[in-house]
Amino acid sequence: MPREVRDVVFVDGVRTPFGKAGGMYANTRADDLVIRCIRELLRRNPQLPPERVEEVAIAATTQIGDQGLTIGRTAALLAGLPKSVPGFAIDRMCAGAMTAVTTVASGIAVGAYDVAIAGGVEHMGRHPMGEGVDPNPRIVAEQLVDPSALVMGATAENLHDRVPHITKQRTDAFALASQQKTAKAYANGKLQDDLVPVAIRDEEGGWGLATADEAPRDTSLEKLGSLKTPFRPHGKVTAGNAAGLNDGATASLLVAEEVARELGLPIAMRLVSYGFVGVEPEVMGVGPIPSTEKALRIAGLSIDDIGLFELNEAFAVQVLAFLDHFGIADDDPRVNQWGGAIAIGHPLASSGVRLMTQLARQFAEHPEVRYGLTAMCIGIGMGGTVIWENPHWEGNK
Amino acid sequence: MSALAAPNEVVTRALLRQVNVPGLDRPAALITLDNGFDHTKPNTFGPAGLTSLDEAISAALAAEPAFIAVTGKPYIFCVGADITGLPLLADRAQALEIGRLGHRVFARLKDSDVPTFAFVNGAAMGGGLELALHCHYRTLSAGAAALALPEVSLGLIPGWGGTQLLPNLIGIPAATQVIIQNPLMQNKMLKPKQAAELGIADVLLEPADFLERSLEWAAGVVRGEVTVTRPEVDKDMWAGVLYFARQTLDQRLHGAVPAAYRALDLLETAKDADFATGTAAEDEALADLVFSEELRSGLYAFDLVQRRAKRPAGAPDKALARPVTKVGIVGAGLMASQLALLFARRLQVPVVMTDLDQARVDKGVGYVHTQIEKAVSKGRMDKGTAARLYGLVSGSVDKSAFADADFVIEAVFEDLDVKKQVWAELEKIVKPEAVLATNTSSLSITAMAAELAHPERVVGFHFFNPVAVLPLLEIVRGERTDDATLATAFAVGKQLKKSSVLVSDAPAFVVNRLLTRFLGTVFAAVDAGTPLEVANRALDPLGLPMRPLALLQLVGPAVAYHVGGTLHAAFPDRFGVSENLKRIADSGQPIVVDDEINAEVAKLLVVGDQPLTEDEVRRNALDALAQEIRLMLDEGVVAEAQDIDLCMILGAGWPFHLGGVTPYLDRTGASERVTGQRFLPRGVASLAG
Repeated sequence: MPREVRDVVFVDGVRTPFGKAGGMYANTRADDLVIRCIRELLRRNPQLPPERVEEVAIAATTQIGDQGLTIGRTAALLAGLPKSVPGFAIDRMCAGAMTAVTTVASGIAVGAYDVAIAGGVEHMGRHPMGEGVDPNPRIVAEQLVDPSALVMGATAENLHDRVPHITKQRTDAFALASQQKTAKAYANGKLQDDLVPVAIRDEEGGWGLATADEAPRDTSLEKLGSLKTPFRPHGKVTAGNAAGLNDGATASLLVAEEVARELGLPIAMRLVSYGFVGVEPEVMGVGPIPSTEKALRIAGLSIDDIGLFELNEAFAVQVLAFLDHFGIADDDPRVNQWGGAIAIGHPLASSGVRLMTQLARQFAEHPEVRYGLTAMCIGIGMGGTVIWENPHWEGNK
Repeated sequence: MSALAAPNEVVTRALLRQVNVPGLDRPAALITLDNGFDHTKPNTFGPAGLTSLDEAISAALAAEPAFIAVTGKPYIFCVGADITGLPLLADRAQALEIGRLGHRVFARLKDSDVPTFAFVNGAAMGGGLELALHCHYRTLSAGAAALALPEVSLGLIPGWGGTQLLPNLIGIPAATQVIIQNPLMQNKMLKPKQAAELGIADVLLEPADFLERSLEWAAGVVRGEVTVTRPEVDKDMWAGVLYFARQTLDQRLHGAVPAAYRALDLLETAKDADFATGTAAEDEALADLVFSEELRSGLYAFDLVQRRAKRPAGAPDKALARPVTKVGIVGAGLMASQLALLFARRLQVPVVMTDLDQARVDKGVGYVHTQIEKAVSKGRMDKGTAARLYGLVSGSVDKSAFADADFVIEAVFEDLDVKKQVWAELEKIVKPEAVLATNTSSLSITAMAAELAHPERVVGFHFFNPVAVLPLLEIVRGERTDDATLATAFAVGKQLKKSSVLVSDAPAFVVNRLLTRFLGTVFAAVDAGTPLEVANRALDPLGLPMRPLALLQLVGPAVAYHVGGTLHAAFPDRFGVSENLKRIADSGQPIVVDDEINAEVAKLLVVGDQPLTEDEVRRNALDALAQEIRLMLDEGVVAEAQDIDLCMILGAGWPFHLGGVTPYLDRTGASERVTGQRFLPRGVASLAG
């Protein structure tokens, strides 16, 4: 059967404010966070009849308890989507939501369905990293993988060993810039429109409303320099130059371009290509370098064609390694204009869609930019990159 | 305040939090009502709770919020005043004070210059709903369990502004329905959709993101982007609606429920009076009613239904109950078919009916199928459940279908020999430990089991008609019934969602014995020459659900005559046989037509020449009840007077304001007059003094 591959567009994306583990979402269920996002997405796009949604892919790294039970399906039901809408759970650690997006995009591209919701959730307060894991003893016995590969902070220290020119001072400076850019973005109202307020509750205060990220903080190079290095004595990785432990959820709407036009849905980004690549697990932070090269190759583009970058800041060292590799300055204005995960937070499997919603808003502000990319490193040694085209691009006029 | 402090108050605290709502330049004040327990112990207001709310409102206002909103804990907004504190109030002055305290605190939300909102997230009743009515605007969750102003059902009035605010919000017809008619109709409650349609809420929101959407909606109202329109209240119909409501009340209750009349008066006041005058009138009414016998009986009855009904006195250890995985029903007549449907619905196990021939069996199964179809077409049952029930209910002419049943109930002709024959035949088929239950309304369980190899597994399981509606189940222990059988019967009763009362194997058990004695007295008066109309009106001051002759018609004169015969055989000196009742039964004529005595029936009677007055008939009836209940307690038919009352409330629909029956017999002096003692000590279901 001859068939065409269809263009897939990113219509809209939302996220909850990100909380600190043990913080404002301490009494909020993980599934409720992502349900809230799905409902808001539908509400913001009333042109979309709910029954036209044909797939719901929700990522979570720790798929147990309130992040288990095939969360894509149960979240769809609990969000009030028709029972005819299927769903599934997906996991690629930090790139869970990114993989949810690329997976449903692929389904749309081959014509399996027209409209899908992709997102992710991680409540690291309720589900600490590594909860319930049972690593195969062969990992140690056969020395297949360095045991430090399972501790993300340790992999960041390992990466420092491989790129000694990236100093702790540089990572702290990058982290400070991230905080400052996020503070400025908040002040200028850049981030708020992505946010879905979430009802929260605790015993002493009763009900409240989460309307802003909990993690961003006012800091300085001095303060950053004084933080402990928990992963290695006299190491370089601190709580200040890495993303924290966070709670949050995201959801996005992916649609075949022709169907988006038929339904009158806005087109925020057009998918160009994507790539996922494995690297040595003990230096997982380098992952985005080969995955970006792969995505560029598939798209027939070079790094110079990319006008905006949304890079997940799991660790400052890992972003800097990426920038160095591609010859991009630490303070290049194309990169993480509104700061990144070091300030905003990184609820593992949810973060991929946050990168996309921010890139989408930046596209609208930058019609001179044609291409942008979202990229992130992934536990157990992987990288993921998605390249997007700006539908607002005016360069050809 | 200290004078009002209730020692056992579970305090519902008003938790205040400043909330940043997108689109507003100032924080809003969000007050959460929370007593610190989960939804099984709902929020209520006592003096300390009201004080906490008062303080929260003060603190909220001090911060000059964009708006103030009040919401509840998960699933519960607030279910009203803490009624357990009412009997502890020392005097009328304290009752006045509690009314005024509520008014004063709630009024702050009404009089506030800052916009106020109630986010009704869950069950809202009584004072909880009145709090919401004081707010300038209301959002309502479609997931809220129920909304109601049930005060009149207990013997109170909605005395924290409800009678004044509601009619001026939703109009007098709907307000009368909510405040007076619903509470007197088995305490009917509103579903959120109905409440929103009546105009009690300004907007109905889905439960999934109720609080978020409520805050957003409130911000929209504050910013002027959301306009709230409410239909204008029609004041012209006010007097007419209340006149009609009063007439209906008179016809039904004959003045027996003072709270209903006080509520009517207050609704009348609400038309033109300013709010201060209206609420002052509420305070007076509340204080009067708190010190009324009817309220004390109502609180007692409420407690029986809420608590005692759930923990039957004398029931054996639950752990002894045997699992019931299949039910057999002997007979396929109307009663048997109703039972089949009920067992299949509630137990969700196979239910097989048997009868003498295939035609009867088919008719019985057909009846069940028709009922299922009706439920589906009315949207009361989903198709999956219907499909399951079709598969569960079957019929057979061969009783061997009972071989693997754990519980077999018979609903055959009410004749001891017939029933004994049924059990004798069945005992050869069923497992030795299968429970044999009988739905007899008057025959002896012990006698029925006497000749069986295993008499210990026979138990009485007496339903009330209509089976699906009346909540009472009399579980009858025969002389040899063992604990495992009894425990199984109670477990099944609970699964059937019935309220079970343990009774001993005495003729006609509780409800039928008392109703028969009661009706017998009324009929004795008729036999003596009292006009039917006079006898029929005699009990009006009690406000019973129906007059004696209407009840007789509902039961059926033939059935009444039959049960009367059984009781006459047992207690010939107290239960007479009325030839007039037999004449009516034989004639097949209705006694009452359109609320009037059928003149044709009156002509059938052969009566004496010693007519009684209404007062005499009533006195005789009450005295007979008092005597019979004392004898039943002495015989050990039930554990306590409370069980008699529970039976009368749940099995005969006798009203809360009588406390079932014994509180009324106590307060009218009948018990002491006839038996020399009260049934319940002062203060249990009556005023302490």
